Amino acid sequence: MIRLEPRKEMSKNLLYLTPVIAVALTIIFGGVMFLILGKNPVRAITIIFVTPLTDLFTISEIIVKATPLILIGIGLSFGFRAGVWNIGAEGQFTIGALVGGALPALYPVEGFWILPVMCLAGIIGGMAWAAIPAFLRTKFNANEILVTLMLTYVAVLLLSVLVHGPLKDPAGLNFPESRLFNESATLPILIPGTRAHVGFLIAILALIVAWMLLTRHIFGYQVKVMGQSPKAASFGGFIQNKVVWLCLMISGGLAGLAGTFEAAGPVGQLVPALPVGYGFTAIIVAFLGRLTPIGILFAGFVMALTYIGGEAAQIEMNLPSAVTGVFQGMFLFSLLGIDVLAGFRICLAGRRPAGATG
Amino acid sequence: MTDKSLLDLSGVTKRFPGVVANDDVTFSILPGEVHALFGENGAGKSTLVKIIYGVQRPDKGEMRFDGKPYAPAKPSEARAMGIGMVFQHFSLFEALTVADNVALGMNKEAIGSNLDEQIVEVSKAYGLTLDPARYIGSLSVGERQRVEIIRCLLQKPRLLIMDEPTSVLTPQEVEILFQTLRQLSSEGCSILYISHKLEEIRELCEKATVLRGGKVVATCDPREETAKSLAEMMIGTTFKFAERQVHELGKDRLVVNNLTSVSHDPFGVDICDVSFRVRSGEIFGIGGVAGNGQVELMETLIGEITTVADSICLDGEAIGTMGPTARRERGMCSVPEERLGHGAVSDMSLWENTILSARTRKSMEKRGFLDLQIAQDFAGQVVSKFNVKTAGIDNTAKSLSGGNLQKFIVGREILQAPTVLLIMQPTWGVDAAAAADIHRTLQDMAADGAAILVISQDLEELMAISTNFAVIAEGRLSEPKPTGSQTIEEIGLLMGGVYDRLGDADEGAPA
Repeated sequence: MIRLEPRKEMSKNLLYLTPVIAVALTIIFGGVMFLILGKNPVRAITIIFVTPLTDLFTISEIIVKATPLILIGIGLSFGFRAGVWNIGAEGQFTIGALVGGALPALYPVEGFWILPVMCLAGIIGGMAWAAIPAFLRTKFNANEILVTLMLTYVAVLLLSVLVHGPLKDPAGLNFPESRLFNESATLPILIPGTRAHVGFLIAILALIVAWMLLTRHIFGYQVKVMGQSPKAASFGGFIQNKVVWLCLMISGGLAGLAGTFEAAGPVGQLVPALPVGYGFTAIIVAFLGRLTPIGILFAGFVMALTYIGGEAAQIEMNLPSAVTGVFQGMFLFSLLGIDVLAGFRICLAGRRPAGATG
Repeated sequence: MTDKSLLDLSGVTKRFPGVVANDDVTFSILPGEVHALFGENGAGKSTLVKIIYGVQRPDKGEMRFDGKPYAPAKPSEARAMGIGMVFQHFSLFEALTVADNVALGMNKEAIGSNLDEQIVEVSKAYGLTLDPARYIGSLSVGERQRVEIIRCLLQKPRLLIMDEPTSVLTPQEVEILFQTLRQLSSEGCSILYISHKLEEIRELCEKATVLRGGKVVATCDPREETAKSLAEMMIGTTFKFAERQVHELGKDRLVVNNLTSVSHDPFGVDICDVSFRVRSGEIFGIGGVAGNGQVELMETLIGEITTVADSICLDGEAIGTMGPTARRERGMCSVPEERLGHGAVSDMSLWENTILSARTRKSMEKRGFLDLQIAQDFAGQVVSKFNVKTAGIDNTAKSLSGGNLQKFIVGREILQAPTVLLIMQPTWGVDAAAAADIHRTLQDMAADGAAILVISQDLEELMAISTNFAVIAEGRLSEPKPTGSQTIEEIGLLMGGVYDRLGDADEGAPA
């Protein structure tokens, strides 16, 4: 029988090396998968992971995808450190898009104030959606994993209902879509001729603020203590419910903002298909990035690359669209697997490696 | 190394990264001998018994059991040879019965068909009353220890290892345990007794091996030594015990009035109508057997659990509804019982751990932002003033040995210059020299006008340093009395839950 034995101290280097190994392993296993499918693995891997990086347009598209992933991922990282498991960022993203996009969808007014108001509304929308699990957890001890996940489906259906009804474009030939957002309600473009928008700068700003909070602020400290040892947190005078609320507000608010950016940026209107899974992929981003701001930046780009590369593989090699999801799943799986191996050593039962200090 | 010795160790060496835990350890245990193994914290006692019990393997050296080479790869091999061990922390399942627990810890072959009868038989033979059908959850700590001992005895051990067995027992229970151990020894079973309590070793053991820095530094007959000479062997220098100081007591600092608190933990103890006061200059001791409400009382006093405002007053201000940070601001610092995971975060560095409780009084936090430099400087101060052995303040709390971490946490609180200090098990796991240092520091603080509350299971310690003393049992506090005004028997009865009825001849005896 195989047994896992905890290692004494996990080295810091190993901690930061594991995501890199996970990416490498994913590429290797992906190659094997393509081989089994009868495709040229080298070509497929090149199309997915290398070619998109050689062209300005595809790089801009990577930025478009990385923006929501980073924004949501950084928000989630606070909760994940503190042991508050918000896995319903997809729902908060959807509500953020809905609330933030309601104004231009209903009233196509012009003005410099429109975008700030939309962003604020999106943040509040995401927070409100995350307030439900926060309230239920702090008041009734309801499991936030279940509540946030289930609310995601409610949010997606709510968007669909409203886009089929009150938010429908009056001139839209009865299609379930809102009107296209006007100029004032559309995010400025970063690189002319592409869809990369200023939301990316906001995401970078969020990373910097998060880094400050985590390393220099009492809130980041609370979050870390709470996640590692709730009893020490109460000894330190930190109130658990307050941390739960703050974590869910931060992750909900940033997911809501990402939703507004999506509606006011690449999509440009409200459609039922607006939520495409960024909220779930951001969970992988957060963990692949080791819950650190700089890691999340890189992980966001790697995940965005799988989206763009996956699309390219569909077009050029006639691969199914599931290839993106398969790669994302393999990332998380190899990361978790390697984490186990980094924290534990494998022992055959009944035998101890010589010189074991365990 | 005589031919007749039961266990011989020669040249046993065990290295861990960066530290030699055991360095060329050689000693022998004779059949029927009660052999003490004592030394400072980190002297290598635990590693050594783990090697003997097969939990760890030595890097060098050999052991002989009964004259034959002995190298256990795992505890079950040690048990098969006739070596039993009672750990300091029990491994019992609360939801199972005594008999189930005994069966779980034994080698399959050793369990006969009539385990219940065997348990009753052994428990009678050694005066360890125990009903095999009872659930562990309903047993006192002393009774749980009996389960562990009986589990060993059923396997007819020839060597029984006891790791700090008395820290959880009342004086009466200690006496019963000693009788059992003496009986075992007279029947030829050797006992390896690990303790830091010098008086106990002098009372019970006929031979002692002293470890210091992983090496054997002395072998003696403890009955012919004094506690002072034993302590000096252990630490290698001359040694001064803390002596109780007498000085004027000032105004009330911490006043607890009819404190009642229902535990949020289903296995917890409710605090029931507890009242006491601690004056400036006073060290107030609360004794009692573990699990009688000490932890719950401490949580309420720290402020982790809030209560009615005026049931806790600090310098005249009602603070019952305040949280720990507000209480610290007002001068109350605390050292909880559990070091890792409560008093400190295991995976955080030492300097990060100072932020946990010292950020307010040491102004590490300004409008929410942390001044890391202050935290690092403060951690450095704690390490140097309290002689914490560590490679640096960047090391994690869990990398420190128990005693060193205790010194760090105690130092972290004391250096904040509190006016009221709550401290639980102040010297648990620290060596005699460090314990005496901590005791003297507490006394100096009291002399400077602080009020100190010490909750401890170590009666010797409380008798040595406290001005006034009370016992907590089942969440109730006995009437505070000047230390020394009660006999050890009276205190023992109070610890067993017989409240304030000692004067009454009809009810005075325990049921």
